Amino acid sequence: MSHLSIFVQYVGQYMKTRLTYRSDMVVEIMSDLLFQAVNLIFILVVFGHTNLLSGWSKDEIIFIYGFFLVPFALFSTFFNIWDFNERYIVKGELDRILTRPIHSLFQVILERMELESMFGVVTGLAVMFYAGSNLGLTISWYDPLLFLLFVLGGAFVYAGIFISLATISFWSDSRTDIMPMMYNIGNFGRYPVDIYNQIIRYVLTWILPFAFVGVYPAAFFLDKTEWYGYAYLTPVMGIFFFSLSIFLWNIGVTKYRGAGS
Amino acid sequence: MGKYLEMIRIRFLMMLAYRTNYYSGIIIYSINIAAYYFLWSAIYGGKEDIQGLSVIQMTTYIAVAWMARAFYFNNIDREIAIEIKEGKVAVEMIRPYHYLNMKTMAALGEGIFRLFFFSVPGMFLVSLVFPLQFSANPATWGFFGISILLSFVINTQINLMTGIFTFFIFNNDGLMRAKRVVIDLFSGLILPISFYPGWAQSGMEWFPFMYISYVPSMIFSEGFVGQQVWNALMMQGLWCLLLLVPIQVLWVLAKKQMVIQGG
Repeated sequence: MSHLSIFVQYVGQYMKTRLTYRSDMVVEIMSDLLFQAVNLIFILVVFGHTNLLSGWSKDEIIFIYGFFLVPFALFSTFFNIWDFNERYIVKGELDRILTRPIHSLFQVILERMELESMFGVVTGLAVMFYAGSNLGLTISWYDPLLFLLFVLGGAFVYAGIFISLATISFWSDSRTDIMPMMYNIGNFGRYPVDIYNQIIRYVLTWILPFAFVGVYPAAFFLDKTEWYGYAYLTPVMGIFFFSLSIFLWNIGVTKYRGAGS
Repeated sequence: MGKYLEMIRIRFLMMLAYRTNYYSGIIIYSINIAAYYFLWSAIYGGKEDIQGLSVIQMTTYIAVAWMARAFYFNNIDREIAIEIKEGKVAVEMIRPYHYLNMKTMAALGEGIFRLFFFSVPGMFLVSLVFPLQFSANPATWGFFGISILLSFVINTQINLMTGIFTFFIFNNDGLMRAKRVVIDLFSGLILPISFYPGWAQSGMEWFPFMYISYVPSMIFSEGFVGQQVWNALMMQGLWCLLLLVPIQVLWVLAKKQMVIQGG
């Protein structure tokens, strides 16, 4: 069986399980919307007390947030591995995965898929168009193409970081509790990086490159020419970090010792 | 009583066995606070204070809010949900203790562990690098201690309620997520409540959320002084008592219509 047909099979099963608990699905979509609103409220409240954030206006920051939502939606649809340690290592569920003849990471991704998170793409686009029209931005013929490229790059950056973190569990099965804080650090990539000092900027660009899922690619659409170089790097960073995480996974999985029963 | 103390001890030891990874958590925590420091400095942009808080007080507020979160935070709603789904709750019910109290004690054991092995060293590390403002007044520390204990109680009560809801709706991942978002936003973890517009503030006074994070952080950063501290602590205590009512009601109803799904 090809990977594609397995994917389709999983989606089918997924729909069935989801439609069993319909009320929960509605609450889940609502809570997603609420989650997206939280950060928007943060921006709005902050700009209630200031006009410019190191030269960037409120609408520009909102536009960056709208852009961020799109790759983040893709990421949270397919890469729900924040509880990988508890779910697969501590409980020994990975034993089951490893007996099957398909790449283990691919199976984990399929099992933990959450298709309703795709809703975030719609919210993101709506926020972008809202802020963009306030700013009077125009769309060129190549913008949608680059947008797609940057979104994929951003989603892969996120996936790369979180898969790499999940692989730590192969070496050490203790809980880290760093995942929620990691999600929080992801938020900092949405603000103009020149507000941070050298170290934080370096971390957000090259070590935990969350700036590539926010300010760098969005700066391209905001016509901030000084950031174009970084914007074009987005897909490269995505491919690099995602490949690195798969490399780490492949090594890590050979070190796995079943911990559960 | 003895069995409950034993539960705190066991959970503490369980966490202690897996302590190494907490050190990596401290580094992530430091990056987090550092980024907040610069973000808030940019937001202040040279202003002396916003809503009565200076930049340094603001950084202290954020740092201590995250540190306190490590103490009051727990996943018992998820634990309860899993035990209900797997049918394990049936066994728990026939054991000679109160299920909800036992869960609370387990959470307390976890919280105490995180306080000593994560919050305290993390806060120490951050205070070396950033200008945080620690009060020299022992009373402030005392009030802060009482306040985070009450925060723990309120947050745990909300988690118990969310967990018990699994008895009625069977799969409550969505509800748990919504609860987390609401607490992040309205507890004052990411923004002090005083920064919100007036109408929003008066709305929030009707909910227990701001007593989880806003109150202890304001006490610690001395944004609250004198009578304000006493009032805030009284309100926290009041909510602790008030929330017992819905929990008891839900628990009685849940036991009546329990459906064991697995096991």
